[in-house]
Amino acid sequence: MTNNILVVAEQSDGKFKSITHQMLGEARRLAAQLGGSVEAVVTGSGVTVSAAQLGAFGAAKVYVADDASLARDEPELVGPTLVELIKRTQPSVVFVGATPFGLALAPRLATHLQCALTSDCTGFAVEGGQIRVTRPVYGGRAIAVFEARKLPLVASLRQNAFAPLGAGAGQAAVETLSVIPVTLTTKVVETSKSESGKIELTEAPIVVTGGRGMQGPENFHLVESLAGLLGGAAGATRAVVDAGWRPYGEQVGQTGKTVSPSLYVAVGVSGAMQHLVGMKTSKVIVAINKDPDAPIFKVADYGIVGDALKVLPLLSEEIMKLKSQG
Amino acid sequence: MKILVLMKQVPDTAAPITVTNNAVDASKIDKYAPSPYDEYALEQALQVKDKDAATKITLVTLGPARVREMIMQGLAMGADDAVIIKSDGSGDLDGLAVAHILAAAIKKIGFDLVYAGVKGVDDDQGWVGIAIAELLGLPLVNAVRSTTAQGPAVRLVRDVEGGRETVEAPLPALVTSSQATEPRYPTLRGIMGAKKKPVQEWTVDSLGVSADMLKPRVQMVKLDMPPGRQAGRLITGEPAEQVKELVRALREQAKVI
Repeated sequence: MTNNILVVAEQSDGKFKSITHQMLGEARRLAAQLGGSVEAVVTGSGVTVSAAQLGAFGAAKVYVADDASLARDEPELVGPTLVELIKRTQPSVVFVGATPFGLALAPRLATHLQCALTSDCTGFAVEGGQIRVTRPVYGGRAIAVFEARKLPLVASLRQNAFAPLGAGAGQAAVETLSVIPVTLTTKVVETSKSESGKIELTEAPIVVTGGRGMQGPENFHLVESLAGLLGGAAGATRAVVDAGWRPYGEQVGQTGKTVSPSLYVAVGVSGAMQHLVGMKTSKVIVAINKDPDAPIFKVADYGIVGDALKVLPLLSEEIMKLKSQG
Repeated sequence: MKILVLMKQVPDTAAPITVTNNAVDASKIDKYAPSPYDEYALEQALQVKDKDAATKITLVTLGPARVREMIMQGLAMGADDAVIIKSDGSGDLDGLAVAHILAAAIKKIGFDLVYAGVKGVDDDQGWVGIAIAELLGLPLVNAVRSTTAQGPAVRLVRDVEGGRETVEAPLPALVTSSQATEPRYPTLRGIMGAKKKPVQEWTVDSLGVSADMLKPRVQMVKLDMPPGRQAGRLITGEPAEQVKELVRALREQAKVI
């Protein structure tokens, strides 16, 4: 077994996702403590061109599994190729993103390798030669530290929980992998795309969430327009999703998405436990609610007691002014 | 169709957790409940049964004596029978160990379709369902929100990045559920009927899983309450002033816009 870390890179439309840079950043920090190096693997169709880029972000070596059959983002397709790579190159740690792809991939890898798995991790450290992993448990109501008893450790990293490191002068050796063919037993019979150009909620640097205080689905354009102005994504509480005002894909909280943006704006959100666990690790939280006793104010860095429908348009206006000043 | 629903009982997700000496303080847990994703899994299975009366649903769980309450609730909601695999030490088992036990159990029971929650809201790993599919070589569809039966196959709708897709899987298959319509409440008739439904109790030993498979690959060494957030500053004044001050603070103090 080496002390190396293997990062399973993720791309979208030919560009590496921000989680890939976050994983490489954390991998470099952890590899320095372990005395190993960082390697990356890029999978997909037509991905060879961009693979070498990862050298500048700290990957000493990049493996490429480039095949037309990998065009679909399906963990089942890349699993066997990655298992072979891990068996051959013997990393101590394998990083994947805690994305829908990564959360489905990591348990497959750990099952095949009969090794340690930690999902949705928020911190890594080395103590006495042991890798210690911090991750929320009980839906974010407690924080646990785990140790691997059987390496490699396959870990999925929470999005936006790790800082990327800037590009350097490093260069990566690129090695092409032979892709192990997989015949999928499941097939996609229908797809519907959400609006293009929208930022994925879990990746957004800023999230604006509307709750019951928005009073009805007709007012959510106010949430969307503020999110748009800030270059962020719109979210919703479970109550408004259950009421059918917003789609489930926007739900933030225990049974929805967990987000960790640099700015979280909760508008007309009371702050039920199941919501708080999904956004509490945001860097800065703003709450706008007309009930001064709403629990959301207990976690907010800045609070405004007021009617969401009045405050929100003023806030958008103020942001617009700021933008026009450059 | 024969459906199995894998369920796990966890501390009620609406109440806080108290941590004492690196462990959850069980004496402070007032109530246990099915993990919410397992309730979604059961609701999806019940919706398949709603459309096809010949469908039979068996609940399968691993846990201590208290899990019977969850099983009776599931039977009252409409499941037909249940298997409880008795285990007092499930805290020491990692997801893959649990998967080995459940995989052995469900092979013994027999099935066309297996449902599991996408993760248990306790260890939050999301390992068990996927691992069972891998161990038994079953087609797997992850994070599903609704199911429709389609002859020898099932159609499953799931949210993916940037949209939604419908996936067709041949049977037998395994599905993990991330959502459903609001799980139904048991009716009074359901509650009365549940008492007559068969519940079997099995032991882990009877399933012939080797000790090696049950050895933990990952172990929790520390448990804490999450770091609390300090309540911040309430911005007072007229709405226009409040908003101006907020934007100034976000820009100059917090530096996030």
